[in-house]
Amino acid sequence: MSGSVSVFVRELKLAWSGGGGPVLPVGFFGVACIMTPFAVGPEIENLKTAGPGVMWIAMALASLLPMERLFQADLEDGTLDAYAGSGVAMEGIALAKTVAHWIATGIPLSLAAPILWILLQGAPEVAPMVILTSLIGSAAFFMFGAIGAALAAGVRRGGLLIALATLPLYVPTMIFGAATLYAAAIGEGWQTPLMLTGAAGLLGLAISPFAAAMALRTAID
Amino acid sequence: MAVMSIFANPHRFMAVSKWFAWGFSGLGAALILFGVYQGLFIAPADYQQGDAARIMYIHVPSMWLSMFAYAFMVGASFVSIVWKHALADVAAKSAAPIGAAFTALGLITGSIWGQPMWGTWWEWGDARLVSVLILFFVFLAYMAIWQAMDTPQKAARAAAILCLVGAINLPVIHFSVDFLNTLHQKATFFAGGEEKATIGFKAPMYTVALGYLALFGGLTLLNMRAEIMLTRAEMLAQRKQAQAAG
Repeated sequence: MSGSVSVFVRELKLAWSGGGGPVLPVGFFGVACIMTPFAVGPEIENLKTAGPGVMWIAMALASLLPMERLFQADLEDGTLDAYAGSGVAMEGIALAKTVAHWIATGIPLSLAAPILWILLQGAPEVAPMVILTSLIGSAAFFMFGAIGAALAAGVRRGGLLIALATLPLYVPTMIFGAATLYAAAIGEGWQTPLMLTGAAGLLGLAISPFAAAMALRTAID
Repeated sequence: MAVMSIFANPHRFMAVSKWFAWGFSGLGAALILFGVYQGLFIAPADYQQGDAARIMYIHVPSMWLSMFAYAFMVGASFVSIVWKHALADVAAKSAAPIGAAFTALGLITGSIWGQPMWGTWWEWGDARLVSVLILFFVFLAYMAIWQAMDTPQKAARAAAILCLVGAINLPVIHFSVDFLNTLHQKATFFAGGEEKATIGFKAPMYTVALGYLALFGGLTLLNMRAEIMLTRAEMLAQRKQAQAAG
């Protein structure tokens, strides 16, 4: 357990400092959302309709950005081999790395979300809900993304493979997350879709460490 | 287990499978031809949709087969992960392109059928349509992962993991799109519910489905044989190279 914790602390430091940390994904998230009015037109009604969905797509894609390097860098420089020989369970390492990167990237994405929500003509009073759903949703994206990242860890230029393997896994989270925002925006019951978003995240949490660890053990063989 | 141990040995598998591969493929082709003929010319026209409904004799069995193929791959992947069975990997890999082809056939025929009946080529609110489309992408991802890895052992393991994760995800997607549908209060398109299918409709449908199943079995066996021969050829080439070098 303490081994997983020290991996977590190391990863958190690396994720914050190395390679721009959260700046690049958050920047991508912002630019992708800001492109929307140019494509669908600046009319408030259009943006209100497209906004929540576009935001969730942009966040899903932004969550994919850190995935290519999530395990690959450690596989290439032998860190994963050292981890494997250290006696710490690979499941713990996979989970520690995923959570550390979610804290470094997923939380900044969620904090940027309400600003983009208001830019896309969302109601300001829904903004806290935007933060909450984004936190849950990005956690789910990172959990499912880690499976794809672990599967493609040994593949050079595996980014496209990660996207192809991971985006189908994102579908339920995306549907429930966007449904929560749509419901909250028109003042309907958002509790059920919010709970289902959480359920998608928990499903990811339950599967991800085991599937990712299995894939990583194969990769270091 | 007795059946499995017959297939455990690749040599015995190669000896037995040749006859089954061609037998199943031939049987499948015959059943499909007979069933399609029955469906197109003998079965009564649908009282609501007329002759247009005859596409169901192609469409419905291919949807059954696409799900059967994925279930087959999940079973094989499970066997591969738990018992590290080499032939299970080959079986799952061989079934994937055939399953993907049946899924594509189902999607295309469904779209052609939907255009005159629902007035649209594609309906995003329908859980069945969307989850089948995602199933198609899972097939593609599964095949892509086999292509991407540098050694077959790693590819087999990674593909098996993806296949099992997809098996958990697909029912969730179906359920979530259903939820989306109820949230948006779309009109139901299967108005009037499913009409009671009489034996006149059922018989050709089951004939085609059996034909597809036999064809799937035959083509998967042929694919497996090709895969095993390819591995052997590569091993022989490597041995020759080693002899020439030594």
